[in-house]
Amino acid sequence: MSVLKKSAYAGTLESSDAYIQVSPIEEDDIKIILESSVKEIYGDAIEELVRKTIQDMNVNNVLVNVQDKGALDFVIKARLQAAILRACEMEQPEWEVL
Amino acid sequence: MKNIKKPFAGISKNVNVDNRSSKILDSIESAIKNSGLKDGMTISFHHAFRGGDKVLNIVMDVLAKMGYKDLCVASSSLASVHDEIIKHIENGVVTQIYTSGLRSKLGEAVSNGLMEKPVQIHTHGGRVHLIKSGELNIDVAFLGVPCIDRLGNASGYKGRSQCGSLGYAMIDAQYAKHVIAISETLEDYPNMPASISQDQVDSIVMFDEVGDPSKIGEGATRMTTNPKELLLARRTSKVIENSGLFKDGFSIQTGTGGASLATTIFLSEKMKEQGIIASFGLGGITGTMVSMLKQGLIKKLLDVQSFDEFAAKSLGENPNHIEISANEYANPSSKGTAIKQLDVVVLSALEIDKDFNVNVITGSKGLLRGASGGHSDTAAEAKLSIIVAPLTRGRIPTIRTRVNTIVTPGDSVDVVVTDQGIAVHPRNVELKKRLIDAGLTIVDIEELHERAINLCGQPTAIKHTDKVVAQIRYRDGSIIDEVKQLLK
Amino acid sequence: MKLRRSMLFVPGSNTAMVCNAFIYKPDTVMFDLEDSVALSEKDSARLMVFHALNHFVYKDVETAVRVNPLDSPYGLLDLEAVVRAGVDIVRLPKTDTVDDVLEMQAAIEKIENEIGRTKKTKLLAAIESALGVVSAVDIARCSDRLMGIALGAEDFVRDLHTQRTKQGAELMAARSQILLAARAAKIHAFDSIFSDVKDKEGFLAEVNYIKGLGFDGKSLVNPNQISTLHEAFAPSIEDVDWAIEVTEAAKEAQEQGLGVVSLDGRMVDAPIIARAQWTLELAQASGIRRD
Repeated sequence: MSVLKKSAYAGTLESSDAYIQVSPIEEDDIKIILESSVKEIYGDAIEELVRKTIQDMNVNNVLVNVQDKGALDFVIKARLQAAILRACEMEQPEWEVL
Repeated sequence: MKNIKKPFAGISKNVNVDNRSSKILDSIESAIKNSGLKDGMTISFHHAFRGGDKVLNIVMDVLAKMGYKDLCVASSSLASVHDEIIKHIENGVVTQIYTSGLRSKLGEAVSNGLMEKPVQIHTHGGRVHLIKSGELNIDVAFLGVPCIDRLGNASGYKGRSQCGSLGYAMIDAQYAKHVIAISETLEDYPNMPASISQDQVDSIVMFDEVGDPSKIGEGATRMTTNPKELLLARRTSKVIENSGLFKDGFSIQTGTGGASLATTIFLSEKMKEQGIIASFGLGGITGTMVSMLKQGLIKKLLDVQSFDEFAAKSLGENPNHIEISANEYANPSSKGTAIKQLDVVVLSALEIDKDFNVNVITGSKGLLRGASGGHSDTAAEAKLSIIVAPLTRGRIPTIRTRVNTIVTPGDSVDVVVTDQGIAVHPRNVELKKRLIDAGLTIVDIEELHERAINLCGQPTAIKHTDKVVAQIRYRDGSIIDEVKQLLK
Repeated sequence: MKLRRSMLFVPGSNTAMVCNAFIYKPDTVMFDLEDSVALSEKDSARLMVFHALNHFVYKDVETAVRVNPLDSPYGLLDLEAVVRAGVDIVRLPKTDTVDDVLEMQAAIEKIENEIGRTKKTKLLAAIESALGVVSAVDIARCSDRLMGIALGAEDFVRDLHTQRTKQGAELMAARSQILLAARAAKIHAFDSIFSDVKDKEGFLAEVNYIKGLGFDGKSLVNPNQISTLHEAFAPSIEDVDWAIEVTEAAKEAQEQGLGVVSLDGRMVDAPIIARAQWTLELAQASGIRRD
């Protein structure tokens, strides 16, 4: 299990990108706050993706703040994983997991 | 036999001195009082000033102040500047709208159930049909014009707020029971040639400004540098070149987006190479078309709406740049329309579905944010109707299983050009073969749809209530689709 | 033979470009993790490119990644990511010596063995210094994974203590050397980017110039440059007519059992026939140029 040592963020607010902040929290949970330019049609799918990505990385106790500007799934994953790795102060991820 | 009247009783050299001077009234209130307008009647406007219009909002404010209620507003289209009308709807001044387009806050408000009576969304040609068939009975038309003389001869191709063609206003001037012309520049009598004639105008009111010149023009007459638009334009121009219609004397209409303008520029180059001269360009005229006219690549421009100051000026200066009314343009019940002579039309789309139906009025969130315009008119009559759009816009797929709202039925669409593939309607067997022989890759529309969904993911359906907030009227007046209120 | 006329540079930190590059169908998409990515974004861009390489849209286009130097904190991590993601070509950021190539090759081989990847990742060496240019011949021959060498003009010109000009006299020696080295080693030669995207005439002039020199292709910074480049590289109608004549003559000779092929009284030998074949393939792929 990877543990967040601090808050971190990755991504930008440019169109097609996502700005994602992750912070460690006390609760044994994955909390997601989602703001998205396509929330009506992809909001649920994005939340599910965020949750699964974090679970695959074996991470818990995390608050995720996503400001999405219509990013494709792989972009959201990349930004989220970058934020998590930064927060865990891990340089090298387990590539198979990603 | 007893004579009731003395012969020549009314004839006296100076008896009608008042009528001789002008129809100009001192205020819009006077003009309205003079018009006999009552609650529940229909008033109309035209949209040649587009986002730079100042007339509609001022008139509506005055009508509201005068205590009018329950009016039907028939503006040939509405722009975001007309969001001001929302308060008049909330206050019961306006209870019915006929328009070609709904956008911005007004579109959003209507989508969320602002109005009791569904908004009637018509095409440009269809509006004339609604008027002629008697459904749309205009009691008072408020027609903003750039310049006018004291008897009402009005033109659009000069003046500070020049808007070019008054093609839509001409219809209202002809059919409305009472016409109030509103202008900012008084020309000497006779201000002719005139698009709206002295024998159509009842009264005139002078405003400080009828339009904002900086917002009338749609801008962007320079060729785009956006790689996606250029790619779309290159492909579209290749489709046209190899359609079998690209020869001396062909005719064309395009939209105004970056890809459309670039398409005409690419085509111009090919026309020069092959010595092809178009017989006419139609629309929706932009500076790009004017440039082709000047270069001798097009013989005539038929103009129902001038999109920028180049087009407006050209209309006034060039005898081969001709103003036509919406009736001559696209009315299905007209005795003769230009679109029936049209070879190629290039159109855009918000959504396209697997049956080639096109949506240009509601966005991915189900909000009203577009216009029907000349889309289904031109698609229906042009020999080749090409819909050009990127396969996805950000994460929003353009190709859907089913469009949110049908504006143009797939039956009238021939080719769909996207940046990730071209689809040809199955009925066009020969065209498909021509394009393949020309080296273009043609795919099934199902394939395009699949690709869009694979990229973006399957979108969840927009939820609606049962309340109909807008009815999409096809050219012939029939209801082709309905827009329901968004569920919050 | 794989067409490699256009190599579109895509900064790995630019989401919009990463998401759209495939649409323009360059012969190769080159994701950059090096100079166009800020130090603070190296890790994020690496992940973005990793995912892009794994995405279906990039599965049927040739991909390359310019990684950071191995002696930087990022280089090895970049390789881990992109080799695992199955990139086709790794572009060495700056190749001065044969050792630069061999080191990169060794690092890549190690990862390939770890993950059990049988497909050999190719290499592309960017030559950006005087030392690199004079070592070009050795560099070009030193590895069978090396598919080409490219000129990195900006850095090279700085190394020469001069500036870039439109005419490009300062690049003459480098271009010739790189081209000769590539041909001697039978690999591709690539020219540098043309950064003034607004100057269409200048770009076309440079393209025609390097095509005339014999270059296989060029790096591009903007998708708008792709169609201009492909059109310029397309064979003319005369080229194609000639190519058809040659291939027909060769076929005839073969059918008749003749050892020598002749056309218009002149002998046409194997290299010429091969060139004619290549011209026809090129015409098939890129259309015919209208001069």
